[in-house]
Amino acid sequence: MDIPGREVPNIYQCINVMINKVVNDAREAIVGITDGMTLMLGGFGLCGIPENCINEIVRQGISGLTCISNNAGVDDFGIGMMLQKRQVKKMIASYVGENAEFERQLLSGELEVELIPQGTLATRCLAAGYGMPAIFTPAGVGTEVAEGKEIRSFRGKDYVMEMAFEADFALVKAWKGDTAGNLIYRRTARNFNPVMAMAGRITIAEVEELVNAGELDPDHIHTPGIYVHRIFQGQGYEKRIEQRTVRKREGINLTKAVDYAG
Amino acid sequence: MLDKNGIAKRIAQEIKDGYYVNLGIGIPTLVANFIPDGMQVVLQSENGLLGMGPFPYEGEEDADLINAGKQTVTMSPGASVFDSAMSFGMIRAQKVDLTILGAMEVSEYGDIANWKIPGKLVKGMGGAMDLVASAKNIIVAMQQVSKAGESKLLSRCTLPLTGVRCIRKVITEMAVFEVDIENGGFHLLERAPGVSVDEIRNATAGRFKASGMIPEMQL
Repeated sequence: MDIPGREVPNIYQCINVMINKVVNDAREAIVGITDGMTLMLGGFGLCGIPENCINEIVRQGISGLTCISNNAGVDDFGIGMMLQKRQVKKMIASYVGENAEFERQLLSGELEVELIPQGTLATRCLAAGYGMPAIFTPAGVGTEVAEGKEIRSFRGKDYVMEMAFEADFALVKAWKGDTAGNLIYRRTARNFNPVMAMAGRITIAEVEELVNAGELDPDHIHTPGIYVHRIFQGQGYEKRIEQRTVRKREGINLTKAVDYAG
Repeated sequence: MLDKNGIAKRIAQEIKDGYYVNLGIGIPTLVANFIPDGMQVVLQSENGLLGMGPFPYEGEEDADLINAGKQTVTMSPGASVFDSAMSFGMIRAQKVDLTILGAMEVSEYGDIANWKIPGKLVKGMGGAMDLVASAKNIIVAMQQVSKAGESKLLSRCTLPLTGVRCIRKVITEMAVFEVDIENGGFHLLERAPGVSVDEIRNATAGRFKASGMIPEMQL
């Protein structure tokens, strides 16, 4: 595979013959990720992010990265840690609100940012995984997001054409996985992970529990192993909560949703 | 004049039994508090959850279960989870019956601005552009008059747009409006208790329309 201006890592040549997908840890998993590459990172806020892979990228100091992810983490967790170490050249996201370091780098011009609607972000991943070059979406028509892009009218409504993403690596987090690369996600930690898993040129999955092929019910698989090139059982998941919202136990009428708004 | 809870209470009257509803952040979130007992309403959270329940009891928070505001939540019986592409797929395909969101400005042609203020740091549009471009039934919950006393119901939005010609209903601290997207104008439907038509007219910078007796909201 030819990538202009970049040394071609061997890994690209051996994708199709890589039968054993299981690697020991994040260090082995991210072999081939080099400076200047484009990465997809699953997760919504801090929910369902590939913690182990991010930690390893931070440890190795790989830089000049373009990151496609819905959010940019917080100052000291998730992609925020990569920002702290100036490893991100460009961030492609839908919302980047909770990160002071991000703001600072953006204002100082150190960081390039492309904000795109959340549904467009998800569907551009989906298109890549489904082998479609582009999508038409109504999101952003008539706004600055659609400036300079092709607009088409279908059945009387305008849609903007958005291209499928291309990413060197997709880093995703699942709840369970097997040695064949099949993945199962849990609750809303699923979010962008399945569509990014499908969209990466090479997809690395880290899971909380890795089992042998045959131990997961095929009916329960969310991401078929064909999309996953490397898989490992992650360690020490912190699973940090961004907004801890709870209700008190006493004297609450469950049907009253004072509880919803806190 | 209504307070935020008053606006939320009035908006809750627009929800019908069996609706799938997406609630935005801010006043729209409060709407959940006023859904009548016994009404079956399924709340959609665009990070991939249908059947969002109340906040969890202390000690039962689950880091894997959050809403679009990144708050810990629970699931109602019959809930389902799915990926982000499907979540916006069901929004784009108009399977969600009602979307309630906030706004900084709305124009008389139903344009909306709610994501970016020039000169201030941009945080991003999140799912707002997808929601306003796709939903068939959107209610905007907003303050009609800014703290500086200026109307936010305009002939044209001054802030960068989130969507064009998409808002048909606006509920504010003063009134309920239907937006005439075809001809342009804020058509007054209801007044907040104790607020006169003239006061509402004076607080509406865009084209204002009121015909006949305008009823007071029943809260």
